[in-house]
Order: sequence, then C-alpha cells, then structure tokens
Amino acid sequence: MTDASGDSNPTRYKLTGWRRFVRITYQRIRPHRIGLRNRILFLFGTGSLILAAVLSFTTYGLTRSNLVQQRETASVNQTITNARRVQIDLIVEPDDTNAAINQVGNSLRALYVDGEWTTSSSQFTERNIPPEMLDRVINDRIATHMIVPYRNGQALIVGVPLESVDASYFELDNLRDIRDALQTLQVALGVAAVLATLVGLGLGLFASRRAVRPLANAASAARAIADGKLDTRLEPTDDPDLMALTSSFNEMAGALQQRMNRDARFTSDVSHELRSPLMTLAASVEVMQSRRDEMSERTQAALDLLTSDVSRFQGLVEDLLEISRFDAGAIRLVLEPLALGEFVRQAVAASSLPRAEVIVEDGIGHITILGDRRRLARVVANLLDNARIHSGGTPKVILHQPRAIPDRVWIIVEDDGDGLIEGEQVAIFERFSRGGTAGRRAGQEGAGLGLALAHEHITMHEGRIWAENRTDGIRGARFTVELAVDSSYDVDSPANINEIR
Amino acid sequence: MSVRVLTVEDDERIRQSVKLALEDEGWEVEEAVNGEDAIAIFNRAPTDVVLIDIMLPGIDGFELCRNLRRVSDVPIVMVTARIDTHDVVAGLEAGADDYLTKPFAPKELSARIRALLRRARPSSPGHSRLVFGNLEIIPDEGKVLLDDKELALTKTEFRLLCELAGDPGGVFSRESLLDKVWGYGYFGDGRLVDVHIRRLRMKVETDPANPRHVVTVRGLGYRLQS
Repeated sequence: MTDASGDSNPTRYKLTGWRRFVRITYQRIRPHRIGLRNRILFLFGTGSLILAAVLSFTTYGLTRSNLVQQRETASVNQTITNARRVQIDLIVEPDDTNAAINQVGNSLRALYVDGEWTTSSSQFTERNIPPEMLDRVINDRIATHMIVPYRNGQALIVGVPLESVDASYFELDNLRDIRDALQTLQVALGVAAVLATLVGLGLGLFASRRAVRPLANAASAARAIADGKLDTRLEPTDDPDLMALTSSFNEMAGALQQRMNRDARFTSDVSHELRSPLMTLAASVEVMQSRRDEMSERTQAALDLLTSDVSRFQGLVEDLLEISRFDAGAIRLVLEPLALGEFVRQAVAASSLPRAEVIVEDGIGHITILGDRRRLARVVANLLDNARIHSGGTPKVILHQPRAIPDRVWIIVEDDGDGLIEGEQVAIFERFSRGGTAGRRAGQEGAGLGLALAHEHITMHEGRIWAENRTDGIRGARFTVELAVDSSYDVDSPANINEIR
Repeated sequence: MSVRVLTVEDDERIRQSVKLALEDEGWEVEEAVNGEDAIAIFNRAPTDVVLIDIMLPGIDGFELCRNLRRVSDVPIVMVTARIDTHDVVAGLEAGADDYLTKPFAPKELSARIRALLRRARPSSPGHSRLVFGNLEIIPDEGKVLLDDKELALTKTEFRLLCELAGDPGGVFSRESLLDKVWGYGYFGDGRLVDVHIRRLRMKVETDPANPRHVVTVRGLGYRLQS
C-alpha cells in the first residue's frame, strides 16, 4: 500500500535560507494571470535592461579608472619636470621663490621653503593639502600624490621634495574636466541603456507574437472544428518545434472527422437499410387494413396497434434520415418566396392538428419569406406535434412582426399544457431529448427528434428558434420561430397578382 | 379494361407487398426484377404505368427510364431511396413524370398513379385548334405541331402545354400547375414543374435557351405566348 497519510507531496523538500526566500518571493510576485505573450515580453524587457545596465556600469568603471590613471601619470611627470626647474632656479637664486614658482607655466603651484609658503594663486594654498601629505613630503622627504576633494569636485595634488635646496614643491591639477567627461558618458550610457531596453521590448513583442501565432492559429482551427467545419487543418510547417503541434493537431482533427463521418454514415446506412423492410411492412399493413371488416375484434385491435406503430416507425426513420443528411452536410434548401399567411395556413392544414387556430396579426399576412416550403412546413408540423403530445388542449399559431426588428417575422406556437421545466428551454432542442413533460409521459409517441430537426431546419434558414413558458398568465409553453422577411419580392406590389392562377 | 402497372424492383418483399396493395385497387400488376426484364415485359404487352426503382442491378433506373422514353410516352413513376436534389432532378430529366421517396405508403402510390392516368386523357379546353405562332396544339387529337411537324410529347408534357394554352398570355404559378397537372396540393415539389417546363421547351422551342412560347415570369410562374 502506498503511503497516503503523511506528506501529500513527497517530492516537495524543505527549503532553507535564501532559497526559501527566493521561492516565497517568486510565488508572491509570480505573474499568475499574465499571459504567455506578456511573460515573453517581460522576460525580453528585463533581460535587455539587465544586460544594458551591466554593460553600462562596466564601461563607465573602466573608462573612469583609465582616464584618472592617465591623468595621474601625466600630472606626476609634469610636476617632476616642473620641480626640477624650480630646484635649479632656487639653486641659482635662493631667495627669489616667487620668480622660481611663476616661471614654470600656469598650473596651480605651491612652494615650501624654510617654513614659508609661496603660491602661484590664491586658489591653491597649503590648506588644500592634507596634513598627512605635508608630513610625508616635508618631513619624510617622500614624493607623493593624492586625490582630494576640491571645490565640489576632485583634484590631484602631487608633492615633490626638493632635496638640494631643502624645499618642497606641490602642484594641484583640477580634475573637473574628467568629471565633466564622465558625466557626459553617464548620460550617454543611460540613454543607450534605455534604447537597448526598448529594442529588447520590441524584439520581445515580435518574438511573443511569433511564438503565440501558431497557438492562435491552433485555437481558431479548434473553434472552426467545434463549429462543425471538420475539414479544418493547420498549415504544415518546417519549424521542428511546431511540427509536433501541427501534425498531432491535424491527426486529431482527421481522427475526429473520420469518426464523425463514420457515425453519420452509420446512422444513414441503418436508416437506409430500415426503409426496405418498412416499405414491406407499410404495404402489407395497408393490404390488411383494407380487409379489416373481415377480421375478428381482437385481430382488428392487434392490426390497429401494428398500423399505428408502423407509421410511428416510419416517421422515426424519416427523421433519422433527415438528421443524417444534416450531419453529412447533404441538405440543399429549395428556396422560394412564400407568402407568410398562406404558407402557415397550408402548413397547419397539412399537420396532425389541421384545426389549430392561426392568428395573423394586422398587415403581415402578405409578408414574404424566402424558404424551403416543405422543410418549413415540417417545422410547423413538428411544433404542432410537440404541442399535441405535450399538452392536452389545442395550440394556437400566431404570426407576429416584432416592432423592434421589422425585418424579421415570428411564427409562434402556443399551447396550454404543463409548460417547460426550468433549464429545459435549451435541452429540449437536443436529439432524443423528450423534455421533462414528455419524460413524465414516457410511452407517448414522438421520438424526440422533431424539435431537433426544427432547430436544424431553422438554423439552415438563418433564423432562430426558442422555447419559453407563456408570459400572459396562462400555463403553457410558447415556441417562437424567427425568420427574415424577404424584401426583394413583394406579393402585393407588381399588381400582377390577379394574373396568377 | 383493367389498368396494367409494371413495377421494376429488385427487392422481392417490397415488390410482393406493393403488388398486393396495387391489386387491391383492382389493377393488374406485372413484376420485373431488373431493367432487361422490364424492357422485355414492356415490349410484350401494353402497359399503362411503369414504376421504376432507381437502384437496380444491371442497367439502373435512370437508364431504363431513358430507354422506355425513346419508344413510349407511358407515364413513369420513379422510386428513389433519397430525397437528394440530384436524384430527383436526374430522374425527372431522364423522363419520369413523377417520383416517390422510400418509404412511401401504398395509398400515396395509388393516388399518384390515378393522377397520372387521369392526366393521360386530358379534357378538351373547348377549342379544336390552338395556334401560337409556329406552334399549333390540337387537343382532341392529342397532337402538337411545330412548323407543321408533329412533336412527340409525353402525356404529362402534353397536359402541361394544354393547361398553359387554356389561358393564352396568363401567368400560371407553380402551385397551380402542380395542382392541375399532377394533382398535388400546396406542398408538392416545384421541381416537377421546373423540370417538365425545361423538357417541354426542348421540344416546342426552336431555341430552347431563349424560349419564345413557354416564358418564365420571374417570381410568379410561367406563361404561354405566340
């Protein structure tokens, strides 16, 4: 027996320290409801941002140290050269420190001789030199350079002891130009990083579209299949990653189509096979019916049962055949303009309830619809059959033109039976669904295909059919068929009407 | 004289039961299992109506129909297993006068046969001779002449032409023609009229593609004119 008690997930191990922190943080920020496309976009965006940042920081760091180093070397060399010249001047003219310091160019300089300071400018005095540097150069006699803060920026100070004249020489090199250059570089790198991130996002958008496109194609193909277009396939691709999806999708669609076709063919074959024996049965029953008077009462009763079930069987087989024609897509409507009032009256007269009342609302009897005369008559007949089977009383047929949609007409069949049970309104149009009311009276006639067929017929006519309970306070069901008005042909208009026989 | 019906059907039980039902009508029924038998029987004795199942072994129902049409104007009822447009139209084009879809009730069949027989003896419209340009109809003799040459019309085509000629220039809707010629009500198949009009045009029009006599009135029906 497997261990069902303890840990429900044996592969989960306890995380400690930073890993636990990372996981918990990830779970918190994990993009639960972010789609694949946005996730790809997010990855591309953050990836390029990180890359640009790392590159920028590295570039900045290297440039900065390079610039400073070069400047240091140049400054130190210049200072040593200048110091030598100052030293020679002092040897020649030991007291004229000013002359010595002013003749070596225009940098900021300071000279320390015997406790006295001489500077080339007030911008650089001994106060700018850190004490430890003074100590090292003046007391320890060691040449030194240092970068120190100077006027909101930095400066390089180089100190050189002048051994032979017992003096010390200092030069200050302001690094402001380096700072300015680095600031410009910072801005440039920042802009470059932003651009790189944007380019990354653009690439991400492109990549995510490309990545999701096959999925979108598959989704729309699946939708098409669900809508009944069973021959829908994905286009074959050379992409090895997509080939698996494409080929398995197409295989699935093929298998589905094959299976549906097989089912449809089976229904069709069975119904076709049933026709021949049915014909024999119907013809033989009719021969017997014509000799009904010669039979005993018991034989007559048996014959009546036989006759009624043969005709019911016949209706069922016809319905099945019609359904299988729908499934095979073999139905071609024979469309013709039909005057609504005349058509519905004729359809009712040909139905199982020829005396059902037909109410034609004012002015719509002559409205023309474009329809398949016999198929639409079947719809009316099926709705009346349904009303007859499921309600005791006599149904009414009402022709109505909804005010809100004047290009449509409604054929309403209303009965005063038990009405529909909640949730039955849609299921009632499914095949072999006999509805709650019919179920309660199992054994009654009606195979449960009539309303399914009506639905198929009306859908083919680009109309709608629905069922609901009556809203006029009387118990009963109300079935509505909505069809388009055919405006291209008006029976009344060409005044040729008297010519028609 | 009793009516002779020839049923061509390969399924023995259907043939038997239909025979029983038709004999109840007081008709004489001859049976054929295939097309070859049917032609032999048809040639041997006069037949009033032929009932042909489309699905036959050997030469099929369409072919048999065309063969019979070449030699006779006998009324033919096609029996199809399918209601497909293709089958029905092909059967009518092959020369059938009417069709039934299996499974049909024998009562329906005998009603169709009676309508065909009635039509075969049209009542005279009261004129001895009707002239529409180069087209001439002599109802009493059952003759139609185009440019003084006699045309071979089937009984249904002749009856259809006589109905149209009953009111020269008047428009006949498909429903009224279905009712008058075939005895169908509102729910008859309009394709019966369309295909027969087409067949009629092949015979009575000099240029069937541009009919002069049997004219379509769009959305309304048909009309006969000179």
